[in-house]
Amino acid sequence: MNHLGTFLIRMGNAAVLLGSVLVLNFLLIHMAPGDVADTIAQSMGGADAEVMAQIRAEYRLDDPFLVQLTRYIGNVLRFDLGHSYFYNEPVTDLILRRLPATLLLVVTAQVLALLVGIILGVYSSRNPRGIFSHLITALSLFGFSAPVFWTGLLLLIALSLRLPLFPVAGMVDPTLDGGVWVRALDIAHHMVLPVLALSSIFLALYSRLSRASMMEVLESDYIRTAEAKGLGNTKVVYKHALKNAVSPVITLAGLQFSAVVSGAVVVETVFSWPGLGTLAFEAILARDTPTILGILFFSSLVVIVGNLLTDAAHRLVDPRLRRRG
Amino acid sequence: MTDPVLRIENLTVEIRTRTGVAPVIDDLSFRVDTGRTLALVGESGCGKSMTALAIMGLLPRGIGRIVRGSILLGAEDLATTSPARMRSIRGNEIGMIFQEPMTSLNPVYSVGEQISEVLRAHQGMGRKAAWSMAIELLDAVHIPNPSLRVSDYPFQMSGGQRQRVMIAIALACRPRVLIADEPTTALDVTVQAQIFDLLKDLQRDTGTAIILITHDMGAVTEMADEMIVMYAGRMAEAGPVEAVISRPRHPYTRGLISCVPHLGAIVDDDRPLLTEIPGIVPGLGQFGQDRCLFASRCELSDSHCRSARPAAYAITDGHSAACWQAGGAA
Repeated sequence: MNHLGTFLIRMGNAAVLLGSVLVLNFLLIHMAPGDVADTIAQSMGGADAEVMAQIRAEYRLDDPFLVQLTRYIGNVLRFDLGHSYFYNEPVTDLILRRLPATLLLVVTAQVLALLVGIILGVYSSRNPRGIFSHLITALSLFGFSAPVFWTGLLLLIALSLRLPLFPVAGMVDPTLDGGVWVRALDIAHHMVLPVLALSSIFLALYSRLSRASMMEVLESDYIRTAEAKGLGNTKVVYKHALKNAVSPVITLAGLQFSAVVSGAVVVETVFSWPGLGTLAFEAILARDTPTILGILFFSSLVVIVGNLLTDAAHRLVDPRLRRRG
Repeated sequence: MTDPVLRIENLTVEIRTRTGVAPVIDDLSFRVDTGRTLALVGESGCGKSMTALAIMGLLPRGIGRIVRGSILLGAEDLATTSPARMRSIRGNEIGMIFQEPMTSLNPVYSVGEQISEVLRAHQGMGRKAAWSMAIELLDAVHIPNPSLRVSDYPFQMSGGQRQRVMIAIALACRPRVLIADEPTTALDVTVQAQIFDLLKDLQRDTGTAIILITHDMGAVTEMADEMIVMYAGRMAEAGPVEAVISRPRHPYTRGLISCVPHLGAIVDDDRPLLTEIPGIVPGLGQFGQDRCLFASRCELSDSHCRSARPAAYAITDGHSAACWQAGGAA
C-alpha cells in the first residue's frame, strides 16, 4: 500500500462520513418541532392556518421529506447550502464570513492547550513530587472540572471588569484604524480571554495525559539505553522520551477536537465572538433551517479535517504506522 | 600481566527500601584487563546488574548510592566523579548492552540515527560522517545490506539483529570496557552463539575488556576468562573460569554448576535429571549481616558460618572463595 492509496481511501471514508452527516442532520432538523413559518407568523403577530400553509408552500416546506432531502443534497453537491430565511443572504456567504473567526479561536485554543499542556506535563513528570508538579495537578483539576462558560465569565469579571486589561466582547475595535499589524494586534488582544477560557479544560486534559505518558515512557528500556549512551538530560527527555510519549496525547487531541469546536459555541456566546457559534445560536432561535444545516455541515467538515490531521500527525511521529511502498 | 583497565575496590552500594537501607553490593572487589572477559555470575537479585549500573553511574536516583569503595577506570575514580564527566564516559569509554533487545532500542528513531547519535555526542562527528560510520558499524556487526538497513526502524528487525545494533551502539566509540548484561538471555540458542562469536571477534579487534553478566554457565565457559560468582551482594568465589568450573570450592558455586543439565549425561542417584539448590535467596533485609548469607541453604554450614562473615580464602593464584569450609576442605 503506497501513500497515495492510503490517502485516497481516507478521503473516500471522509466523503462517505460527510454524506451520512448531511442526511442525519437534515433528518434531525426535519423531526424537530417548529419551522420558519412559525417564526414568521410570530413576527407578524399571529397567522391563521391558511397563511401558514401559504408560507410553507412558498418555502417549499410542504413537499414530501424525501423530495426535500434529495433537493437539499443536490444543492449541496453544487456547493449551494441554500438561502438564509433570517439573514436573507446565501448561507455559504454567511458561513464563510464567520468561519475564519471560529477557526482562529478553535485552532489557537487547541494549539495553546497542546503546547502548554505538554510542556507542563513533561515538567511535572520529571519532578513528580515537586511543589510545582502539585500546583500543576491542582490547576488541571480546576480546569478539568470548571465548565467553559463559567471560566469565561470569571475571566471576564477578573480581567475585564475589575482589572480592565482586556476588552469585554467582540473581535475587533471598530473605532481603530491603522495598518495590518495594528489590527492583528487588536484581534490578538480581543482573543486572549476567549482562548484562555476555551483552552483551560483541554490544557488540563493534555497536561495530565502528558504527565502520565511521560512517567511511563521514562521508565522504559530505551530511555536507559539513551542514558547509557551518555546523552544529556535534555536529549534523553525531549528527543527520546517525548516523541514516544506524545502519541496518546495526539490521539486525545484528535478525539477532543470536536469538543473544542462545540466548546467554541459557548465561548463565542459568552464573549460575543462573531463566529459560527453565535451564528448557530441566533439561527436556532430563528428556526433558520438552512443556516443551521450549513453550520452543522461546516462543523463536521472541520472535525473531519481535524481527524485527518491527527492521523497525519500520528504517522509523522510513529514510523510503525508508516508503510513502505 | 597487563594493567587493569577497570578496578573495583571494596565497592559497597546501598539501596533504600521501605524497611531501611540494604547493601545490595557488599564489599566487592575485582579487576578487568584489556582484551579479557570477566563474567559476573549469580541468581537474580544477587547484585550483578546493580554492579553494572554502579559502574555506569546509573544507579536509580534517590534510591541507590555508592557508600564505600572506588571504581577506577585507569586512574580516575568513577565513584566520585562529576555527573557531567560521567556522561562523557558513558557510551564513550564504557559501553553497555542490555538484556532486552526488543525494547532497548527507541521505536521511533531509525537504527542509523540511534547509532550515529552516540558518535555525534562523543566523537564530535558531523551528521554525515556519523551516518556513514553507522553503516560501517552495521557491517561490522554483520547486518547484511547495511547501507539499506541503516534507515530501518527497530520494528523492522529481528531480535538478533536488534541486539547486533545494540552492540554497534555500545562499541561505536571503541570503549575501553563493554558491559554486557545478559546479552543473549532473550534470544534463540542459535542466535546466542552468533552473538557470542561476534562479541569475541570484536573484542579481538578492539581490545575492549568485557564484563559479561549472566546466569548461564554455558555462556561463561564460552566467553569468559575470569569469573566471579556472586551471592546476596557478595563475592562468593572468584578465579579463572577453568579453575572455578573444574574445582569449585564454594558450596554455592558447586550448586550452580550442578544445576546445569547435561545432554547425554547418565542420570542416576548422584546426578538426577535436574538438580536444584534448596531454599531461596535471602531477602534484602538480611543483606549485610555478619554471617555467611548462604549458610541457611548450605549442607556444610556450622555455627561458625552463622556467626561470622567469611573472608575470601585464597586457594591458588587468583582463585579464592569466601567460605569457612573452603579452607578446611582443601
